[in-house]
Amino acid sequence: MSALSFEGLNVWFGEGRDRVDAVKGATFQVAPGETFGLVGESGSGKSTIMRALTGLAPHWSGHMSVNGRPVGRRRDKEFYKTVQMVFQDPYASLHPRQSVDQVLSETLYLHGFTDIEPRIEKLLDDVGLGPSFRFRYPHQLSGGQRQRVAIARALAPEPSILLLDEPTSALDVSVQAEILNLLTDLRAEHDLTFLMVSHDLAVVGHMCERIAVMQFGEIVEILGVDEMRAMQTTQPYTRSLLKASLGYIRD
Amino acid sequence: MTDLLDVKDLWVRFPTRNGVFDAVRGVSFKLGRERLGIVGESGSGKSMTGRAILRLIRAPGQVEAAHIRLDGEDLLQKSEAEMRKVRGERISMVMQDPKFSLNPVMTVGEQLIEAYQLHARGGKAEARRRAIEMLEAVSIRDPERVMRAYPHEMSGGMGQRIMIAMMLIPDPELLIADEPTSALDVSVQAQVLQILDKLVQDRGMGLIFISHDLNLVAQFCDRVLIMYAGRVVETCDADKLHEASHPYTRGLLNSLPRFDAPQERLEVLQRDPTWAAAPSVGPSA
Amino acid sequence: MSETQTGWRDWLLTDTPQSRNQARLAALFQGWLSFRSNPMAMFGLGILILLLLMAAFAPLLAPHDPFTQDLANRLKPLGTPDHPLGTDSLGRDILSRLIYGSRITLYIVTLVALIAPVAGLMVGTIAGYTGGWIDLGLMRITDIFLAFPRLVLALAFVAALGAGIENAVLAISLTAWPPYARIARAETLTIRNSDYISAVRLQGAGPIRIITKHIWPLCISSLIVRVTLDMAGIILAAAGLGFLGLGAQPPSPEWGAMISEGRRFILDHWWVATMPGLAIFTVSLAFNLLGDGLRDVLDPKDEK
Repeated sequence: MSALSFEGLNVWFGEGRDRVDAVKGATFQVAPGETFGLVGESGSGKSTIMRALTGLAPHWSGHMSVNGRPVGRRRDKEFYKTVQMVFQDPYASLHPRQSVDQVLSETLYLHGFTDIEPRIEKLLDDVGLGPSFRFRYPHQLSGGQRQRVAIARALAPEPSILLLDEPTSALDVSVQAEILNLLTDLRAEHDLTFLMVSHDLAVVGHMCERIAVMQFGEIVEILGVDEMRAMQTTQPYTRSLLKASLGYIRD
Repeated sequence: MTDLLDVKDLWVRFPTRNGVFDAVRGVSFKLGRERLGIVGESGSGKSMTGRAILRLIRAPGQVEAAHIRLDGEDLLQKSEAEMRKVRGERISMVMQDPKFSLNPVMTVGEQLIEAYQLHARGGKAEARRRAIEMLEAVSIRDPERVMRAYPHEMSGGMGQRIMIAMMLIPDPELLIADEPTSALDVSVQAQVLQILDKLVQDRGMGLIFISHDLNLVAQFCDRVLIMYAGRVVETCDADKLHEASHPYTRGLLNSLPRFDAPQERLEVLQRDPTWAAAPSVGPSA
Repeated sequence: MSETQTGWRDWLLTDTPQSRNQARLAALFQGWLSFRSNPMAMFGLGILILLLLMAAFAPLLAPHDPFTQDLANRLKPLGTPDHPLGTDSLGRDILSRLIYGSRITLYIVTLVALIAPVAGLMVGTIAGYTGGWIDLGLMRITDIFLAFPRLVLALAFVAALGAGIENAVLAISLTAWPPYARIARAETLTIRNSDYISAVRLQGAGPIRIITKHIWPLCISSLIVRVTLDMAGIILAAAGLGFLGLGAQPPSPEWGAMISEGRRFILDHWWVATMPGLAIFTVSLAFNLLGDGLRDVLDPKDEK
């Protein structure tokens, strides 16, 4: 049974003439423990798939299931205990007036935990922030530290599936390395399944086992990471994307 | 007089409640008609360096330097009015996000024409002809249509090309590009870089290319300054960046995931406080 | 002594607070530091503290009873011995009446500040967060209230409910909330789609919890600023109602009512109307200065 399954997923924004089809007929499965990457340029619909799964994009049709349980229109607490998300920009994903302590205790409270104190300490420890960070506000944290807090928040309900929406694109490369290593460690420790969106093929290549290449809302190709590295692709779009990501080549 | 730009001992200071913060600390470099890359992490002072050259640091920030010479003229000695002339006609700057640099309520054409008329007292028709020429120079296929469009109708890559076109109208000697492609998709990024590249070669412009992307700078520029904590820690030829010796540069390079060589874990940069304390490296005067 | 002072300072300015309370106090202290660096705002705060003290210790400060009439000494000019600000048409000491009047002013201001912004905050955030029909309905009601001239609407309410301070407060509040609702709604619309609200939604939080615990704290600061800037208008509206005889009733020493009484003698005995006018002016100015300073401290857009 796959951890995540999408069949014929369509997602759109707006109604009538203004309707924009962001995702068209997306079908793929993510196995438990796997890291699956969605790549493509901006506007290709890669983040929209995650937002549809979590209910942040309300207009969708098709079939989605999590651990074999189909996802309905309304998501229950059980869903949010299984699936959590880390957002792209750590400067925008933390409430500016809430300390780390408030963010985490609110999350734990919402999931019905009663042993909040020890859990906060454990979470901060898990993401490599010591107890000294507990009462800081976001403006007292660096970008990397903020993203660690965001990861701690996502881990709080002990999910089995983590959605990563460009988790390092707003960070410096040295911080990116720290966060990617942290995610790798957490995946091993907590038996997590990752669905990761990125425009950086090197990052996806580092983290993922399989990737889906998206263009104009459609999945162009699904291929393994080894095939990607070897440029074994049948699709011209995938090849051009791979070439472009190798860097600037003077004519 | 071979150097287009000669910066010596540049400091940018910001007074704060807890004392003076030095954003740029004693940076010196020379630039000919070439592509100079400035790389570093956020907060390394790379953008501040670019802005300081144009004296665009807003108060209470202060710019100090032994000299900033453009073709032998010290920019620090100029009055604000003279500086405005320099900014428009001799040095241009392209910012990271075109969305914030274009006026949203004017068409692209109007903005280009206005930019031209500010610098040359040409007629409207002449200005229009030049504007279209510039749009063609940045590989915009349908310049007439683009002239009538508003900035929000443009994609990111298109907007950035328009920005470059606008900056090129006065035919500057030096272009400062601050992360010009960071907001763009990889395929568009390549096109924008090609345009910049061609312009530098065809027009003999100098280019300061500020970026956080080491690989990009290594491939695109001729020479690279690596900045850390407001100082230049290393300078080298761009094609030899991968042989760089400073531990900071090495650390940055190693922390990048490699497309061609998979690894279990990424190397994490171990910062050494002595890097920030050591003086800037640069041309010995 | 000075050592413990720097100890406190360091403890408050630390980047690594050790407890919830320390973090909260540190945030307050840093706000205070940046507020303190604005001399005009400090000046405004000083006046308002004086006003508070004046209201609290009115019986001790006032040289005379504000209601005692002394027809032998009516309309005495400024500087009369025993009546430094003169007396009014019934021979009451103007200084004493001003001092007691500060209580009424504070009473009005506090009540309006408690009613109008809270009502506006609720309407605005609910409309902004839920959207759709609820938004449409609430905002049209807001528009209707906005469309009436403020004083006319207040007049209508007072006329319906009867004259008196409580009804004046109610009338002013009823006309003052729509702008707050608009501000709160506009802020909510930008906050609603932010990632940190999405993140709480992904924890299964319901709309009421999101509005009260996550959106309100962000709206409140701009509302506080707006309220202090509006205070001048509120005091003037209360004075206006008093002036028209629809607010505080004689012999109450409400400042607006005092002006109203003094207007009959404005040409020959100008101080009777001018002194309460100056008091209103000073307090309004103080609130405006305070609001300006608070805006610099509280506006989250200025934070790094």
